[in-house]
Order: sequence, then structure tokens, then C-alpha cells
Amino acid sequence: MSVKLLLDKANIEGIRYYDAWRKNGGYAAVEKALKMTPEAIVDEVKKSGLRGRGGAGFPTGLKWSFIAKPEGVPRHLVCNADESEPGTFKDRYLMEFLPHLLIEGLIISSFALGSNVTYIYIRGEYAWIPDILEQAIAEAKAAGWLGRNILGTGFDCEIYVQRGAGAYICGEETALIESLEGKRGNPRIKPPFPAIKGVWDRPTVVNNVETLTAVVPIINMGGEEYAKIGVGKSTGTKLISACGNINKPGVYEIDMTISVEEFIYSDEYCGGIANGKRLKACIPGGSSVPILPANLLLKTAKGETRMMNYESLSDGGFATGSMLGSGGFIVFDEDQCVVRHTLTLARFYRHESCGQCSPCREGTGWMEKILKNIEFGKGKLSDIDLLWDIQRRIEGNTICPLGDAAAWPVAAAIRHFRDEFEWHVLNPQESQVRNYGLAHYADERNVVA
Amino acid sequence: MAEGTPLFKVTIDGRTVEVPAGTTILQAARKIGGEVTPPAMCYYSKLQGSGGKCRTCLVEVSKGSDKDPRPMPKLVASCRTTVMDGMEVKNVTSEKVLDARAGVVEFLLINHPLDCPVCDQAGECHLQDLSYEHGKADTRYEFQRRVFEKHSLGPYIQLHMTRCILCYRCVYTADQLTNKRQHGILDRGDHAEIATYIEKSLENDFIGNVIDVCPVGALTDRTFRFKNRVWFLKPMNAHRECPNCCGKVTLWNRGDEVFRVTARKDEWGEIEDLPDGKTAWICNECRFEKKKTSDWVIEGPREINRHSVISQGHYVNAVVPNETFPEVMGREPRIKLQIHDVSEVNEPDRNISLIEGPAHSDDFKD
Ligand SMILES: Cc1cc2nc3c(=O)[nH]c(=O)nc-3n(C[C@H](O)[C@H](O)[C@H](O)COP(=O)(O)O)c2cc1C
Ligand code: SF4
Ligand code: SF4
Ligand code: FES
Repeated sequence: MSVKLLLDKANIEGIRYYDAWRKNGGYAAVEKALKMTPEAIVDEVKKSGLRGRGGAGFPTGLKWSFIAKPEGVPRHLVCNADESEPGTFKDRYLMEFLPHLLIEGLIISSFALGSNVTYIYIRGEYAWIPDILEQAIAEAKAAGWLGRNILGTGFDCEIYVQRGAGAYICGEETALIESLEGKRGNPRIKPPFPAIKGVWDRPTVVNNVETLTAVVPIINMGGEEYAKIGVGKSTGTKLISACGNINKPGVYEIDMTISVEEFIYSDEYCGGIANGKRLKACIPGGSSVPILPANLLLKTAKGETRMMNYESLSDGGFATGSMLGSGGFIVFDEDQCVVRHTLTLARFYRHESCGQCSPCREGTGWMEKILKNIEFGKGKLSDIDLLWDIQRRIEGNTICPLGDAAAWPVAAAIRHFRDEFEWHVLNPQESQVRNYGLAHYADERNVVA
Repeated sequence: MAEGTPLFKVTIDGRTVEVPAGTTILQAARKIGGEVTPPAMCYYSKLQGSGGKCRTCLVEVSKGSDKDPRPMPKLVASCRTTVMDGMEVKNVTSEKVLDARAGVVEFLLINHPLDCPVCDQAGECHLQDLSYEHGKADTRYEFQRRVFEKHSLGPYIQLHMTRCILCYRCVYTADQLTNKRQHGILDRGDHAEIATYIEKSLENDFIGNVIDVCPVGALTDRTFRFKNRVWFLKPMNAHRECPNCCGKVTLWNRGDEVFRVTARKDEWGEIEDLPDGKTAWICNECRFEKKKTSDWVIEGPREINRHSVISQGHYVNAVVPNETFPEVMGREPRIKLQIHDVSEVNEPDRNISLIEGPAHSDDFKD
């Protein structure tokens, strides 16, 4: 059995509400943290080795220590609950079922950063969750965990929930800040970084929901203990939202020492590929990260077992590896078409580009159109090279990483599944009635089955 | 510049210049001039917050600074990146930059209607210049181009959204110059468009300046619509006592007829500064209503030193841009449009500044 630090109480009756939460050890971390100094909390988080769970995996303690502290200027903590990356739905689970865990994390983090006004920016489509959060905030406030002079420490803190209007780009931290300020959600040009000029030009830290909830066990058990869980620079536990052709889709908490194979096939997690089919490919960390064929997913190019952690998943770089990203684990069985899937993603990124930079605005639309041609039997072989060229000229040349996120899936699909693209082009009729199938992407396990 | 701002040395394509700390790479490059200067489609030095979007000005920083010589991992937008002491930058000497820029030009053109023959901006369009310099003659784009309806934004301004490159300059202009912005960008991505709030016309005294800042033919002057080609017009500096603005303008004449009035633009296509340091924005009345030479005190022909076709050698005092390309690259530029080599209509030895009255095709026949 693996360690559970975030979801350990998820199955307790009524845990969404304050009384049950408190009875089961809730708010002990806040009590403990408010007796510490803000610097000591930042230190604990540094020691824990916690890395941002929003996708980039940047060390949280380090990020916190960058926040500017000019005299007399308020600072803000913003919780990024915009979770719109296809395949990622772990923050929803946390907020819906364990809202007090997030509130607790927010109070501690606000105290550490000196934020008296803290925001939760939540994606518009999570229409029912703001009510849950607001109720939890009201309960916490009634119990004295929020508001003025919390626990007599002199620390004031209010938490506000702001709903987004349904744009993926508002998950990018500077677009989120613009949107929070009531403006069009265009990413800002950096520098300045939010740690210097964020919400209303005040120093701001933006963190993912899961990152902020992880602060609670870190305070409870101490940074050093937390760092002992996991392996290398992948400390603590990570939520994985697993979906696609698996027997048991859902949100799983893993410590980062298990293998990808165990995660997919063990009954504790995904429970194997659904309907007795075979594994073809997988996107291990949300739609933006490179897709991997089964053989490279289960073993690295060096032949080592691929593990579910930051380092192992990115082993081999983009040539033969991928990323842990936000933990949106999407599994494809042998009946799935990589061309169609790439088209779906291209359409998503075309639709979600904010349109500020020319490469992203124009390139995403162009890629979608070409992919559509290939998928519907109207492609040319030269289209595949053209796609490669387009993605190459988007990547790295844009303001925000959405450009990269649009380029990577296309690049990875062509890199690993070029033959499938070519088959589509060369068999325009056949490709409309059947799928390419498994081909050589199989792992040994598949061949036996 | 504040007293005591340190001077930083920056080297761009092998040419070194000293600029005050806080200067952007682009502004430093403009100080050197010529081919060293990256093209800029969205940045506008007079507009706060502009730049960073079009990505045509990307450059490679091959050395960060004397203190930290590490190169920057990605190409950076020179218009929004400030120089460090000892920084080394590659513009046209970097393969990576030229490749990325060729990409950006291609991206900007795939959905562009390429309707230069009927576009009033032709001849002074930054996108034309950019395409001649960095673009390809053919296209790899095989799809229907994006289309939008044409809109008249009030009596003076015509919007051709199909030509817009979403540089946001007009939005910043309206924000920073007029007291009530009535237009902005609706929607996002490749379906984003400039729009007035529910088709409200733009009714501010200074809104005409959006025409001057627009790098392409998306926002054009309705009072000049289809009246003439800019390269047949003779720019004259002129002024008048104006209660609203500085009154210092450029008249675009053919003989005695004033075809259009614009603000005075410098060699980067930006509106000039007045001696007091303020930008010489002009009001709608000067721009749209004063179309008689008698409305103006004529100062004399205007030097046009932009590299566009309007400047091709037929104006008195024309300043030919300093060509640094051969010096830096060791070869001549591959593509350089000499309008007179391809068109017999406008002969270079014919000085239309000297023609009295409107020029006719007869004037070009001996
Ligand atoms: C296009 C785009 C969308 C993003 N969406 C999210 C999101 O929905 N949730 C999130 O936590 N981070 C998202 N991020 C990452 C944030 O910009 C930011 O890195 C993150 O909130 C930092 O939090 P962390 O350090 O706790 O991971 C997105 C980034 C990009 C470029
Ligand atoms: S990369 Fe795309 S989403 Fe990001 S700022 Fe540029 S246009 Fe907008
Ligand atoms: S209309 Fe012109 S100035 Fe405005 S965003 Fe488009 S190209 Fe730029
Ligand atoms: S001019 Fe620098 S990005 Fe447009």
C-alpha cells in the first residue's frame, strides 16, 4: 500500500464539512504553522523538496523565497484552480471532496508569504465548486481560522473565490492575473515576473491547488519527513488523474516510487487496459506533454523500467521521453488513432490560443487544418514535414508556454507515429474505415496477450 | 534619462553601441541603424506596454553580459528585452533568428488577403517591407484564408479586419490617447478581431491616430480611400494653429491638391516627437477636415527616409538608408526591391517634386 497524504481522509463521511474535518485532525497544521515564523514555514517547504504540481514542477520553496517584499506594499497569494488541461482533473477532486484541506493550505501559505488577501481563481466550467469552497471558507471563518487576528497572532487573512469564464489560457499565471484584475486574459510579457509585479502590480505568488494542499502534510510531518517519501527530486506524493481506455479511471495518489507498468496494470490503480485490449500509447502528464508509444512508456530508451516520477518520465528528453506535467494520465488502447487524437489536441490549442503572438495564433490554426486533411484522407506526404516545420517554428518563439504546449503533442506524434501518419496519407480510403492498430508500438506484455 | 543612469555597452551583429541602462535591444539597434535593426511590427516606442507580440523582432543573445556571459536559451523579443553591460546580440548574423523570422513572416501572411493592389496602405506598409525582406515568393498554405466583414468605424476610419496582424497598437493608442476607449479585441486566437463595442463608432478627437500607428492597411483613412497611391503623392511638412493639437502635420499632395493629412513619422514609421518631447499626435480636425492648401502654412517637402517604395529616390532631400547589410554579412541582400526596375510607371530620374500641379501619366512620357 502506498502512502496517502492528501486523500487519506477522502472516504470519511461528511469530510467536506468543517465538523468532520476538524474532528479528524483538520486545522492542526494551521495551529502549528501560526506558531512558527513565516521564514520557518518557507524553510520547511524548501526542505520538503515540494515541486509545483501545476505542470512545470518548479520548486515551491524557492519560488516563495523570490517574492519581493517592498515596505508597505501588500502581497498576494493566488491559488490556480483553472485546471483546464485536457486529461487533468485532480484539483477538482481535491476542491470538491476536501475543500478544507485547500483552505488549510491557503491559510498556512498566506501566512508564510504575508498575503492578507488570497484568491482562488477557478475555471468557469467548475460551476458547482465555488459554492463548496465558499461554504468551507464561511465555516472556517466562523471557527476563527480566517478573518482578523487569526488565533490572536495578529495575522489577518481573507480568501476570495473568483470564477473564470472558460478560457484555458487563464491558467497561465500571468493571464490568470490579468483576468483576476478584470481584464482580457492575455499572458503578460515577462519580466517582470509575478513575484515582483503580479496582481495589481503587487508581489504575487501563483500556485496550483495540489501544491498548496501539499503544504498541509509538510507542516504536519515536517519538511524532512516529507522529503523521505518518494525518490530523488520527486518528493512526497502526487495525484494522478487517470483516464482513457483503462478499467478504473479516477484520481489516484501515488508516491513516486512505483513504475508506470504497475500504475497501469495493478488493481490498486488503473486496473489494466479496458475490454482486454492492448496498450498502444499514453500521454503521462496532461495533453501538453509528448505522447509515448507503449514500448517507450514502460521502459526508457536505456532499457530501464520507467517510473512514475519527474526524472524518470523525462528520461531521454523529448526524443524518447515525456514529462510528469500536471499528472493527467491518458491511456490509449490499440483501437485508438493517433492522427485523430493529434487533430483533437490541435483543435483544442487553436481554440484556446489567446492570439497575441503570431506563431501561436496562426500556427495552431494551420496545424489543425493540415491534420484535418490527413485524418480525412486528403493529406499529402509532404504535409507531415510541413507539420513538423510549423511546430518547430512555434516552439520557443512565443510569449507563453501555450505555444510550446501546442507544438509538443504534434512533434511527439510525428516523432513516434510517423508510419501511422504515412499510412493515413497513402491509404486515404482504408483509413476512413479502419484504424492503423498497434503496429510495432507494442510492449512485450502486449505481444503475449 | 535620469541623472546618473549608467551606460551599457552592447554589441549587435558585431557593431558596438553605448546606451543608458534600461534601453531595449531594439532601441540600441535603432541607434546603430541599418540592417542591424530588427523589424518591429507591434512595438511602438510612444505607446506604453506595446511590443512583445508579433515576434518579428526576435534576436539571439549570444552573451548575456560581462558579469554573466551565458547565452540566453531562447530567442528573445528585442523590443521588450533590456540590454545588459557587455551583452552580445545576433540579428541578421544568426541562422536561428533568420529562420524564426522567416517563420513569423510566413505565419503573418498565411491568412493575409494579399490585396496590396487595392490597399491604401500599399507602399508604406510594414508588412510589405517585411515580406520583401524576409518572406518567400510562394506559399505553403493551401486553405481558405480567414475572412471578416469590412467595417466602417464612423465617418473617418475603415477597418479591414482581414489585414490586421493583431499588434494591439491601436488599442494602446485608444487607451493612452483618448479618454474613452470604444474598441478593443474580441474573442481569442485566430478568430480574435478588432471591434467596437457593439458596432459603436469611434468618436474621439484623437482617434484618427490609430490610422498612423496601424502597421498594415487594417485601419485606413476613409477620406483618402481609393483616392491615390501614396508613392504618387508628394509629402510636405505643414502646420496650422490648432486649438486641439500641435498642428504639425505632413500633407500628401499632388500639385495643389491635398489628398491626405498624416502625423509626421520618423524613419521607423513612428510619429515624431515635438521639441518639448511630447509625441506629435494630431487631432481629427487637422487630419480629416483640412484638405485645402490654404488651411496650412507649408514648410517645404518632407524627407522620407523609410525604406518603403514611397522613398525610392524621387523626392528632394530623400535620405537613402545607411546600408549596413554588406558590411555585416559580407554580401549584398538577396532580395531588394527596386520598384523602378520592375515598373516603368515611375521613373527614378523623373523628380515629381518639380512637377507643378497634379502629375498625369503624360508627365511620364517624353
Ligand atoms: C497555457 C497554460 C495553462 C496552464 N493552466 C494551468 C492550470 O490550469 N492550473 C495550474 O495550476 N497551472 C496551470 N499552468 C501553469 C501556471 O502557469 C503556473 O506555472 C502554475 O500555476 C504554478 O503553480 P505551481 O508552481 O504550484 O505548479 C498553465 C500554464 C500554461 C502555460
Ligand atoms: S503563446 Fe499563444 S496563448 Fe501564449 S501569449 Fe502567445 S498567442 Fe497567447
Ligand atoms: S487594426 Fe492595425 S493597429 Fe490595430 S491591431 Fe490590427 S494591425 Fe494593429
Ligand atoms: S516588435 Fe517585438 S515582438 Fe513585435
